Amino acid sequence: MHVVGKLSVKKPIFNRPKKKTNIKEKIAYICIYAVALITMLALISIIGYVLLNGIQHINLEFFTQEPRSMGRKGGIFSIIVGTIYLTIVSIAIATPIGIGAAIYLTEYAKENKLIKIIRFGTETLAGIPSIIFGLFGFVFFVIFLGFRWSILSGGLTLAIMILPTLIRTTEESIKTVPNSLREGSLALGATKWQTIVKVVLPSSIPGILTGLILGIGRAIGETAAIMLTAGSSLGIPESIMDPTRTMSVHVYLLASEGLSKEKTFATASVLIIFVLIINLSANMVANKYIKKLI
Amino acid sequence: MVNNTKIKVRNLNLFYGEHQALIDVNMDIMKNKVTALIGPSGCGKSTFLRTLNRMNDLIDGVKIKGDVLLDDVDIYGNESDLINLRKNVGMVFQKPNPFPKTIYENVAYGPKIHGIKKKSELDEIVEKSLKGAALWDEVKDRLDKPALGLSGGQQQRLCIARCLAVEPDVILMDEPTSALDPISTVKVENLLDELKAKYTIVIVTHNMQQAGRVSDYTSFFLNGKIIETDLTENIFSNPRDKRTEDYITGRFS
Ligand SMILES: Nc1ncnc2c1ncn2[C@@H]1O[C@H](COP(=O)(O)OP(=O)(O)O)[C@@H](O)[C@H]1O
Ligand SMILES: [Mg+2]
Repeated sequence: MHVVGKLSVKKPIFNRPKKKTNIKEKIAYICIYAVALITMLALISIIGYVLLNGIQHINLEFFTQEPRSMGRKGGIFSIIVGTIYLTIVSIAIATPIGIGAAIYLTEYAKENKLIKIIRFGTETLAGIPSIIFGLFGFVFFVIFLGFRWSILSGGLTLAIMILPTLIRTTEESIKTVPNSLREGSLALGATKWQTIVKVVLPSSIPGILTGLILGIGRAIGETAAIMLTAGSSLGIPESIMDPTRTMSVHVYLLASEGLSKEKTFATASVLIIFVLIINLSANMVANKYIKKLI
Repeated sequence: MVNNTKIKVRNLNLFYGEHQALIDVNMDIMKNKVTALIGPSGCGKSTFLRTLNRMNDLIDGVKIKGDVLLDDVDIYGNESDLINLRKNVGMVFQKPNPFPKTIYENVAYGPKIHGIKKKSELDEIVEKSLKGAALWDEVKDRLDKPALGLSGGQQQRLCIARCLAVEPDVILMDEPTSALDPISTVKVENLLDELKAKYTIVIVTHNMQQAGRVSDYTSFFLNGKIIETDLTENIFSNPRDKRTEDYITGRFS
């Protein structure tokens, strides 16, 4: 630093290109800030717009009453139940499969053709439009397996849809667990499986949680694929074989059929609050977990 | 004399694929003594150490020929049980590698996976092991705190405690102080002196002063071969082989 300063005093010409990069850097900074600001503004205005239009129509009855006359009146109790039910079913199906697959791919599989094909498959699946999953679920679960429009059909379809992301994020977080920890465990006489369950997985939990949140986000945000597999029934689902309607589907149907602007925005507001709560609580769990470890 | 041999290594050859890392290694490791492995880096010290608890089994493409006898039982024989072997032959690594768990859970990890469930029993093991690793006084009030919050030297002694907790006979150490500051290094070295009363210790070190300070026997490795093994004082005062002398006197590194 000192030497450079001396040189530039002697030969001020060296300062010129430096200044140029400074200006370039400044422009780059401004651009980045501008983009970040635009993103934030877009996010805030979308959420703000929905909440501003929706929140005044939310009251206790909105949560506790069932929808009446196609959703024009009443609340969204059955829809909240359906949303939670469907999300839990899809996560319950996807989590063990996703974590199992990620463990297999990272800890057991040797790099060979089959593994490459599986990797390619999961990556492709992650990029397929959700309506294709919906069609598949409709043909396979609803009709071929005879599950009809039900939480089971919808949950299975959503599970397949969130699996690629879940596998990917879990794999990534398993890979960040240093090998020295595996060796430490094995050297104490632990089996490979004990090492995975007691050392590798606990260290990967924050990453797995991230994958789950992305998955839940996708499940909650989906519409078309859910309508094709879980239907859009307004009643309270009593079993996993019942059809149901989720909040996103409800918002879509209310809006597209022009049933009630107030209920549309009120439902959308609840949906946003739901997603926020899930995100925040998962973050809190992850942070707490990390704090406990370090 | 024969009874005092804990591990016998006979004509051991190890290949990483095509590359031969150990060539005809023969060695007797004495019970309740500290044996130091010295030699330039890449000469096969770690590889040799890892044959003693079969950690090399984890690496793809490793081929091993020859015998390693622990208490006269071939550890590579079919009947030998890998889990029991690693229970009997513990290992401390170059870089401290405590689990991201509490101090208590780190030490209790081994006993737990070997089936000890009773809290009182685990408490006792944890205390005994931490005392054995000269760490108890420093951590007894914070057993439920994360192990990663300890200093590097404390972490390494925690790893030693974790190893003691499964009650091994032999402890393998691969440059256990190379990542530590001088004060922590002295603590670990002093600990070795106490530990050898109960354990057989094999330590890899690239620090010859350390080998001189802590070990009873020293083996000099060069290019995958053992050049000579002898009492440490003999190795350092009058080595039989010219190459040993060159290495000891720092003529090559
Ligand atoms: N996992 C491995 N795969 C292939 N070669 C290895 C592996 N580990 C070590 N080697 C090679 O074996 C030789 C001995 O290595 P190592 O035992 O680590 O030496 P040291 O501990 O004495 O420095 C070196 O040539 C090294 O490159
Ligand atoms: Mg080494």
